[in-house]
Amino acid sequence: MEFFKYTKTFKFMGKSKFAMLVSLVLVLGSLALLATKGLNYGVDFAGGTVVQVKYNTAAPIDDMREKLKHDEIFDGSSISEFGSPEEVVIRMKTSTGNVTVDIGDITREALKGTGEFEIRRVDIVGPKVGSELKEKGIMSLILAVIGILIYVAFRFEWRFAVASIVALVHDVSIALGAITLVGLDVNLDVLAALLTILGYSLNDTIIVFDRIREGVTNGKNSELSDIIDESVTRTLARTTLTSLTTFFVVFTLFMFGGEIIHAFAFTLLVGVVVGTYSSIFVASPILLAFGFDVKNYHIKLAQKAKREAEKQRMRDQFESGVM
Amino acid sequence: MRMKLNYRTVIFAIAIVFGVFFSVPSLFQTQEGKKVTLGLDLQGGLHMLLGVKTQEAVKSRIKSIAASIKHFSERKDILVDSLSFDESVISFTLLDSDDLKTVQEYLAEIEGAIVAVNAENISITLSDEEIIRTEKQAISQAIETIRNRLDQFGLAEPVVARQGEEKILVQLAGIKTQEEEQRARELISRSAKLELMAVDEDRAARVYTMSDSDAAAYGDVILEDVANSKIKHLVREIPILDGGMLTDAHVGFDQNNRPLINFSLNAEGAEIFGDFTGKNVGNHLAVVLDGKVYSAPVINERIGGGSGQISGDYTVMEAKDLAIALRSGSLLAPVYLMEKRSVGPSLGADSIKASMVALIGGFILVIVFMVVYYRVAGIIANIALVANLFIILAVMSLFGATLTLPGMAGIVLTVGMAVDANVIISERIRELIYQGVSIHKAIEDGYANAMRAILDANITTLIAAVVLYAYGTGAIKGFAITISIGILASMLTAILGTHGIYTMLEKRIQKSKNNRLWFGIKG
Repeated sequence: MEFFKYTKTFKFMGKSKFAMLVSLVLVLGSLALLATKGLNYGVDFAGGTVVQVKYNTAAPIDDMREKLKHDEIFDGSSISEFGSPEEVVIRMKTSTGNVTVDIGDITREALKGTGEFEIRRVDIVGPKVGSELKEKGIMSLILAVIGILIYVAFRFEWRFAVASIVALVHDVSIALGAITLVGLDVNLDVLAALLTILGYSLNDTIIVFDRIREGVTNGKNSELSDIIDESVTRTLARTTLTSLTTFFVVFTLFMFGGEIIHAFAFTLLVGVVVGTYSSIFVASPILLAFGFDVKNYHIKLAQKAKREAEKQRMRDQFESGVM
Repeated sequence: MRMKLNYRTVIFAIAIVFGVFFSVPSLFQTQEGKKVTLGLDLQGGLHMLLGVKTQEAVKSRIKSIAASIKHFSERKDILVDSLSFDESVISFTLLDSDDLKTVQEYLAEIEGAIVAVNAENISITLSDEEIIRTEKQAISQAIETIRNRLDQFGLAEPVVARQGEEKILVQLAGIKTQEEEQRARELISRSAKLELMAVDEDRAARVYTMSDSDAAAYGDVILEDVANSKIKHLVREIPILDGGMLTDAHVGFDQNNRPLINFSLNAEGAEIFGDFTGKNVGNHLAVVLDGKVYSAPVINERIGGGSGQISGDYTVMEAKDLAIALRSGSLLAPVYLMEKRSVGPSLGADSIKASMVALIGGFILVIVFMVVYYRVAGIIANIALVANLFIILAVMSLFGATLTLPGMAGIVLTVGMAVDANVIISERIRELIYQGVSIHKAIEDGYANAMRAILDANITTLIAAVVLYAYGTGAIKGFAITISIGILASMLTAILGTHGIYTMLEKRIQKSKNNRLWFGIKG
């Protein structure tokens, strides 16, 4: 089976203006959402408490709210369904530092008489740990980007590195926008998903760039946009296929992975789609926009080859001279 | 036609044998062999990050210096007036300046104490180094003490470790019930500070009309009774001795068969205790534990031998835990909760089930898709994929790595990404076949061409995974581990392994001329 024939080259760069417009709208829309609605930090980063309760029957949410009103520790808490009608989570902004009696215990006491229930999970994150995790999270995103930037610049050329980073920022912004839009709690797992998107989207971009590099080095054609069109076309089957298989597994994770992994899977799902799109329609046009000059690159390559040859010649001379 | 073995297939075969062999213990949960440990989020358990209130350790160091000065002066018959202390300073006045030399000699022995003498007034503070040392010691001692207590608690493999400079990580797997968790938390956080204190007989009757500051003016302190917080006791602020001199504690029973705790003191403690009880026959002695009075019996006679009892209204289980806490020593400073994550075993089981469904479902989808799209080439890629899963499991088992829920997600994701290498390779081979080169050249050049891209792509993902590992905590680290192992294993299986298989089948592919069967393309 084949999705694409290799005989025809698609004119991707001809459509790049339209794609850039779409990307711009999506990214700006996401940034606007982030600025107005804002990310919904979960307990991991904001600090606070999450108590997950499972009832034998459908959870009596109204009854629970009534009960929780009696203790001011629950002021500003929210109760929401979690995966099924029996299961709910109570989210609180407060956290307790007492080891012996924590909010989990207090909640258990407070909910007495609302039916038969089991407390399945209690997450308490103190404010200090929360801000530390946030700091570390932001640090890890920045470090990952820097590491990748250096590697790509080393393996390709600085314009490739910048283009791939723009694509990354594009993907992460849109993923964050989607998270904000559906109002997911941003916890450590979402951060892990974002970092995975970084790696994944970069994979796609690099496969395309690798082809471009190959086209630039070997090809007679010196028109960058033609090289890009050909490279993208040649890698299209691979891009689609890998995206599809990854999409399959992430989708099953999203559907069947359970409520706890929902946010993680959702973020990845958006990331896979956007990452695939960006490697074709964002990274390559930016390379074009940066004015990557194929002829110049050829000259540089030729010079480099000449230097190598010169070195080799000197070495040979030296060796034969000695002997 | 014979198929020739080559070095690639040999390495691949060894890798598969390695993978299968070392994943058996984890897969079938055999008795022998190293297994993957399930993270707390999958098997249920309690994860806590504790902080230590180190300034309390400094305060109690000051207090114990004050107690030792009091005991010293009483032994040497040195008359001391208004011995008092606050959070950082101990001060007293000597009534007879002839004693100054003796006292100074004694004080010089106390480590890290700075002694200031102004005529007969003496004040003692701790040096900055001593304060830092005390704080550091409080943390190490808390880790040691909590570890001791949990070791005796009877759970399998409790984890107590320092995290960063001043945090303590406690992980208890296999906590099944709420009661068990509660008990463990009480055992961990209990100061278990035992103090024997003298009741202020002269003013005890006025305790209910006194305020805390009134009491402090007399060098006393008001403590609640453990059984009933309405009952108050007025005791001397400086204890006779504290739990540091305790050598043993175990559960016993009184004549009514109620549990109590018998404790023994070391030689120094026994001497102080004997001296005090000898001089105070007829007075009350308060047994104080964690700031609450457990009992305040009348001293009938001098108590030698250095043993005593703590009676209270507790169950056998509570008495047992209390004895463990006393035996393991008191915490120099109280601990507080910085982070807690507790997962019930039923939720862990649900998570395992859900992620297994996702793993198997995603796996089958990918496998079927690859065969439909690439035919035999797809089957070869699938062999590599299965081998990859085994190797991930084997490596994790060997290192005793922890499998967390995000780790499971990492494995699921690896399934999607590991076929990528084979997709890239297969596409390259197809391309070369279309160009009309020989099968041998198509395979060799296909691998050579694909290699650069695969390497670059994998290394960048590895960079992200390493950063995740370095900056992630707990469960997220698990994700980074599985992704990293998955990527490395896929280099072995998807690149080397499949290449070996192609080389082995090369002649056969050439002969059959059926590219549709082998690579899923025409012609």
